[in-house]
Amino acid sequence: MAGASAAHDAHDHKPTGWTRWVMSTNHKDIGTLYLIFAIIGGIVGGALSIIMRMELQEPGIQIFHGLASIVYGFDGDAAIDGGKQMFNVFLTAHGLIMVFFMVMPALIGGFANWMVPIMIGAPDMAFPRMNNISFWLLPPAFIMLLLSLFAEGPAGAYGVGGGWTVYPPLSTTGQPGPAMDFAILALHIAGASSILGAINFITTIFNMRAPGMTLHKMPLFAWSVLITAFLLLLSLPVLAGGITMLLTDRNFGTSFFSPEGGGDPILFQHLFWFFGHPEVYILILPAFGAISHIVSTFSRKPIFGYLGMAYAMVAIGAVGFIVWAHHMYTVGLSLDAQRYFVFATMVIAVPTGIKIFSWIATMWGGSMTIRTPMLWALGFIFLFTMGGVTGVQVANAGLDRALHDTYYVVAHFHYTMSLGATFGIFAAWYYWFPKITGYMYNSLIAKTHFWTMFIGVNMVFFPQHFLGLAGMPRRYIDYPDAYAGWNAVSSYGSYIATVSTIIFLIGIWEAFAKKRKAEDNPWGEGATTLEWQLSSPPPYHQWEQLPRIK
Amino acid sequence: MLEGEIVVRNPFNAAWMLVASLLLATRAQAAQPVDWQIGFQPAVTDIMREITWFNNYTLWFIGPITLFVLVLLLIVMTRFHARTNPNPSKTSHNTAIELIWTLGPVIILLCLAIPSFQLVNAQYNSPEEPQLTIKTTGYQWYWGYEYQVEKEVVFDSILLSDDDRAEYGKEDRGEFPRLLAVDNEMVVPVGTTVRLLVTAADVIHSYAMPSFGVKMDAVPGRLNETWFKADKEGLYYGQCSELCGKDHAYMPIAVRVVSIEQYGAWLAAAADDVEAANAELMAAVQEGEKSVELAANEAQKIKE
Repeated sequence: MAGASAAHDAHDHKPTGWTRWVMSTNHKDIGTLYLIFAIIGGIVGGALSIIMRMELQEPGIQIFHGLASIVYGFDGDAAIDGGKQMFNVFLTAHGLIMVFFMVMPALIGGFANWMVPIMIGAPDMAFPRMNNISFWLLPPAFIMLLLSLFAEGPAGAYGVGGGWTVYPPLSTTGQPGPAMDFAILALHIAGASSILGAINFITTIFNMRAPGMTLHKMPLFAWSVLITAFLLLLSLPVLAGGITMLLTDRNFGTSFFSPEGGGDPILFQHLFWFFGHPEVYILILPAFGAISHIVSTFSRKPIFGYLGMAYAMVAIGAVGFIVWAHHMYTVGLSLDAQRYFVFATMVIAVPTGIKIFSWIATMWGGSMTIRTPMLWALGFIFLFTMGGVTGVQVANAGLDRALHDTYYVVAHFHYTMSLGATFGIFAAWYYWFPKITGYMYNSLIAKTHFWTMFIGVNMVFFPQHFLGLAGMPRRYIDYPDAYAGWNAVSSYGSYIATVSTIIFLIGIWEAFAKKRKAEDNPWGEGATTLEWQLSSPPPYHQWEQLPRIK
Repeated sequence: MLEGEIVVRNPFNAAWMLVASLLLATRAQAAQPVDWQIGFQPAVTDIMREITWFNNYTLWFIGPITLFVLVLLLIVMTRFHARTNPNPSKTSHNTAIELIWTLGPVIILLCLAIPSFQLVNAQYNSPEEPQLTIKTTGYQWYWGYEYQVEKEVVFDSILLSDDDRAEYGKEDRGEFPRLLAVDNEMVVPVGTTVRLLVTAADVIHSYAMPSFGVKMDAVPGRLNETWFKADKEGLYYGQCSELCGKDHAYMPIAVRVVSIEQYGAWLAAAADDVEAANAELMAAVQEGEKSVELAANEAQKIKE
């Protein structure tokens, strides 16, 4: 392909057919690929969770022994054992898929790829070819993870059943088969993809802002992605190191994590959570950024406390690196270590509070229209607050002693992730859908999607607080009969969420079928960022004349 | 049923059990989850009482904060809707209010941090030297106990299967629930500080006893230490709390807290035969409960 061709043919020259997508170096095409990938990842990861909720609807083992005999061909008692392992495999895959193959591709790969260059007035990402490889590393990683479901894990059983945290020795001597190796390589590849993406975003944002756009004038979504990219760049290599040691412990006779050889299983937990805690902010920060734009747009009011908002995210990112062992209060940390991590963790509530209150202050005095993206944003703010305040509870080591590894924690992190990050994704989806596709969604379908999802996920996760307080441990295929009531409610909620997801997909289909032309700026004067100055969808190459920011 | 004081199967039982528990505070109880429970299991150690207190204390902060955010959201959705407020203000700064919502949370966090630090300090500093040390080891998928006493007592504690219920005399599914009951419980004396050493032999497990406020990971190659002092006799249940493989949900923890005399008799017998000692202990405990029931019935008759 001649590199010179685009220079003289300025008007929307683009490669056609499969080369446009597979060989794409265009940030918008790559962003679209990421979004499609995230939808697929979300459907797979979501389906796994629905099957788990079906299993947990009643005490006893209902479906997994049957599933194990269909998928793996076990019979009788072997099917029961296979089913138990399969449940652990499902919860592991659900976690990994939702983190690495749904939320991250949607927010960072998808929306950030699409909107950051446009918002900062750049024609494309700094390294377009690297952008291509960032995306195309993901499908092989995903396939590798899916293959692990069918490879041998523990002797005579299949898949990785160690949770997304893959703690050794369960992930080393506990599951000697190749399934874990597949999963580790999947994480390596997905991690490499994210590191490359992070480098690309940092370079783009630092070097390619339009004339006049200082960092302190940059839209908050770009800020959030910049901070996220730094978190990725600093935390993922630590994960890579940890899982590489896991790999050599498994295959090459090292003993980093095995006490028999002088290693320590807890070392892995420190390495994992040094990555894992920044990772949860990686998942939520871009949603924070998008929510800020949506709240400002539909209140027709500038963002309240812009600098406070930007530096609150910087603070969350920075402090997020020094709180990791609050995931490990029960491993036998010293009293001093526990006191430090309690203190540091509680500090994060301050910048998070600044964000919540600044969003409300942005709306205060505004002239609000509650269109679909705003509905999701309002839902996000409330539900994230609920997840945040239970986070303040479990930050206290003394209280976490009772709540650690119970459903209370499951409820807490799903309120921040499944109801926080995911509501952020859907808010961003409806906000930028007209811009990205050029079509207007059907707002009745979109609002039905919101209300069914809101009711469904609250029904799934609110009762889990009760289960956790009553003492139900997480990652259980079966539970004492007393927990049956709230588990049934939780499962019914997940079916409502399933219906909601189908409504979401119908909404996409409807929009593409009806082809209602979206205006360049469907949201009115409140939408002030640069993407709304372009056509919907934007031209294949934008900002050939760089915008000037006053 | 909010506090889950007693496992109540029908209202008739409920009436006399309530009377009995009011009249005889030392009555043995079972702590296990109950249907539709929404709070902690009843505490039988001071530490768990402190945890329960602290949890309620945090709710007094986080509940109002959540409601406050909800109310603010409802206000902006109505008062600052395009219909009611067609002309938006252009305010984007207010240093005073930004200071308030930065310093306000700091003060709230300080209010939380002080009792929180006291709680974690209490958990790590037993007020008295433990009088008994028990080592527990997590295996895939059961627990082993080793009493560090003169005549060694060592046994495994395995999930009670339905086939074994008759053999162990544990056919009452209320007292010995599915997935919680075990063949041989850990037996400890009431009112005694017990040092618990926790480790594992294969993968990581976690020793959790909700009504004691105890949760300690069992990590291969590590000997973690914790302690508890149960102040009510009874049978208490917990479950493994760290994913440990396919039967993670099938390795419960059961602790029987008995009187010092009963414990002494059990310990002497258990050195030779744990299962026989357990059978004797169960008989003794049931005998004791019967006399409690009789006393309760007497008390009720007198009241009537």
